[in-house]
Amino acid sequence: MTKPTRITNSIRALRFTHGEMTQAQLAEQVGVTRQTIIAIEQGRYSPSLEMAFQIARVFKVPLDQVFAYPGGT
Amino acid sequence: MSYEEKGTWVYLVACLGAYGVYLAIVLGRLASTPAAHVPYIPALLWTTGGSILASVLGRVLVGGPGPGRRSDVRDREIYRFGEYASRWFIVAGAGAALVMAMARWDYFWIANVIYLGFVLWAVAGSFVKLLAYRRGLRPAR
Repeated sequence: MTKPTRITNSIRALRFTHGEMTQAQLAEQVGVTRQTIIAIEQGRYSPSLEMAFQIARVFKVPLDQVFAYPGGT
Repeated sequence: MSYEEKGTWVYLVACLGAYGVYLAIVLGRLASTPAAHVPYIPALLWTTGGSILASVLGRVLVGGPGPGRRSDVRDREIYRFGEYASRWFIVAGAGAALVMAMARWDYFWIANVIYLGFVLWAVAGSFVKLLAYRRGLRPAR
């Protein structure tokens, strides 16, 4: 429960390349709280597949440009 | 800190405070009165009601105006996880009360072990939720 997720993400970089979008603006578009966006960015929360697609849709990029799941152990 | 995390802190403080008051009252009476004659019921009901009222008022106070009170899927997942992880305290309290009833213990001790089970359930659940908020929540694999 307390281990960070192995899923990495590029949300922070994508926000800045999309007009320096704030966490609050992204949260509003995805329909979650700002704290959830912060937790995802910091790897403290793995979003559902549906939420992951919603985030990718906001940035208009494929899912694997937002999230990655590195191989190996 | 999200509204739900603040609410969890309020709930934890209210539970601990109410149980602390209850223990102070009842243990004081137990020192001079046999357990079977200790008037614990009013203290139990008043502290339980007080903790519920304090939780409700506290959540209203920490929530601020409308938009600040929003919760989402992560809050709900953390809530469910906390309830799931702490349910054993309820089971242990009920199990202990059952054994005590079969052994014909006094009502005072049976009621108090059930109350303790509820308090531990609430406190442990709050700790687990706060840990999940602070350190993260990941799906079970």
